[in-house]
Amino acid sequence: MVPGYQVRSEDLEAITGDVPLTRGLGRAYGDAALPAAGDLRIAGSALADRVLRFDPQSGVMTAEAGLSLDELYRAFLPRGWFTPVTPGTRFVTLGGMVAADVHGKNHHVDGCFGRHVTSLRLRVADGRIVTCSRSEHPDLFFATIGGMGLTGHILEVTVQLAHVPTPWIYQEMARVPNIDAFMDALKGAAANWPMTMGWIDCLSSGGSMGRGVLFRGRWARPDEAPRAFPALRPPIPVPFMMPNGLIGRHTVRAFNAVYYRLPHPNRKVIHPKGFFYPLDVVGDWHRGYGSRGFTQYQCVLPASGGHPAVRRFLDVVTRGGNASFLCVIKDCGPEGEGILSFPKPGTSIALDLAMRDDTQQLVDQMNDCVIAEGGRIYLAKDALTRPEHFRAMETRLDRFLEIRRTWDPDGRIRSAQSVRLFGW
Amino acid sequence: MALKVVVLGGTKGIGRALARRLAARGDRLHLLGRDLAELATCAADLQARMPSGGQVTWSACDLEQPQAFGAAVAEADGALAGFDTVIITAGLFATQPKLEADLAFTQRLLTVNFANTVLFCEHLRGYLLARGGGTLCVFSSVAGDRGRKPVVLYGASKAGLSAYLEGLDHKFRASGLKTICVKPGFVRTGMTEGLPEPPFAADPDQVAAAVVGAIDKGTPVIYAPPIWALVMIVIRNLPRFVMRKIGF
Repeated sequence: MVPGYQVRSEDLEAITGDVPLTRGLGRAYGDAALPAAGDLRIAGSALADRVLRFDPQSGVMTAEAGLSLDELYRAFLPRGWFTPVTPGTRFVTLGGMVAADVHGKNHHVDGCFGRHVTSLRLRVADGRIVTCSRSEHPDLFFATIGGMGLTGHILEVTVQLAHVPTPWIYQEMARVPNIDAFMDALKGAAANWPMTMGWIDCLSSGGSMGRGVLFRGRWARPDEAPRAFPALRPPIPVPFMMPNGLIGRHTVRAFNAVYYRLPHPNRKVIHPKGFFYPLDVVGDWHRGYGSRGFTQYQCVLPASGGHPAVRRFLDVVTRGGNASFLCVIKDCGPEGEGILSFPKPGTSIALDLAMRDDTQQLVDQMNDCVIAEGGRIYLAKDALTRPEHFRAMETRLDRFLEIRRTWDPDGRIRSAQSVRLFGW
Repeated sequence: MALKVVVLGGTKGIGRALARRLAARGDRLHLLGRDLAELATCAADLQARMPSGGQVTWSACDLEQPQAFGAAVAEADGALAGFDTVIITAGLFATQPKLEADLAFTQRLLTVNFANTVLFCEHLRGYLLARGGGTLCVFSSVAGDRGRKPVVLYGASKAGLSAYLEGLDHKFRASGLKTICVKPGFVRTGMTEGLPEPPFAADPDQVAAAVVGAIDKGTPVIYAPPIWALVMIVIRNLPRFVMRKIGF
């Protein structure tokens, strides 16, 4: 447990004057949205969620930073507009999407969320409110995209929404027998499909290491989609904390074996929520991990390392034995514009890790491997990386910290994560 | 058919969520509130959510200025060319210890939540009855269902309001005026920010969805979330010696 509390208000400007951090919906898996030790009070943006301007011709929208993707989905998808990039949950705010420079299944085509952001309104450390963009204070703009909320409190976001032909998704799935086949399949799908990702069974080893299911999709065309808007179904609740260890080696192995062998329907038009947000179907799904909880780990391994790099990394994971219920693999496109933006050309692997006594050790081992391969980790999912490891994998860090120091010389804006990784 | 709705208190909290749900399905809206800049921003938010780009209008109305109610209601009626639905979510809140320590604020709260809300309803009731009825949906609270230690003063203001709304419904339902008394439990809004969260806490949009259903059906009393109907049956029937002992 981390001591501290958030103050929320519809008036985000009013509550960001004297706090070190603003958090959105708290879906970062690590300590990015938690107060640093000694900082008790932080601001919460979720009630500041108004759409300020929307141009139905161009699709450019300006909204307060607390607008959630869930709201955006409900308000704009029925009219043919959607976020150009979506992470794997709808319960994130626009401010959070900028701060983590989130990516999605279309990264190889559309890049990160920040690419589509045209301007930001920030409250910087000295209390001033500053508008920044690619032409106005570009240093602040690019440091804020992917900057984990450390350059100032994000108050408003202007983003170019994407026009979609229907609110439905056309999806194809294919079973893939091992990691080599998987990487070839991802590469092959990327050429023809705007959205791709893979689920891999992290407990399989040897010849079937990295077996899994490949998903490729695109927005459905009007002639193949149902006419109705996809129904909004309430989530399946997890009413209370499940016992610790329920999600363990044996249950995950059983799930993975069944999921891999399920007769996956090869191609069909599906609900966009099932495609983008499979885990949001279960409300409070984190409770499944019990009171010790879980974290995630996500890294990208550069394309130059090829298949062997990914195999070496999966070797570390499977030897670690900390069962990952969720393991997602995705090929990344070009590096984002944000100075600390996570993706770069290569293969991204994301894992769920139950918190256990040996989780720190596993993260250290994975980080050693990532450093050796020339990759990096995703701060939105990090709770346990050591500062020396992060520095070794992040050549852009000095530039980021320099801009941060320019706008915040007294180090007023900080999170538990920034203090852990950067010392301030 | 699309409703023509006046909302007093639509800039924040449950009122904001409710106005959004109505805007999303194409109802016409006129916002009333204290701060014109806030009203303009909220109107833009609602307009951006309307399917066919409808207009949302607004004008000033302050529940602490009862002498201006007549003009405010007339202006809203003009903007909508005759409203058929009125929603009042505005009100004041403070915890019992704060109210006990600040009698000036207690006076404001009792006046706004009870006397002035009733007066506002009296002003607009004639408009609805003159055109054969309509819907008057007012936010009271579960706190008004029984005198309880943590909400002695706030609860009293809402108990009075609930009684007025019930009487109104009995008297005018036959004339076409449907009065809806909404009794939310604990809802995570700016109003309850910083308070410890009890069981069954709800998000504003959950309550808004239930209230839209009640407006469409004309339900006279609605608890939101619905579990509070059961909770309050129990609380209303607890003997006094128990109520004196427990802190709830």
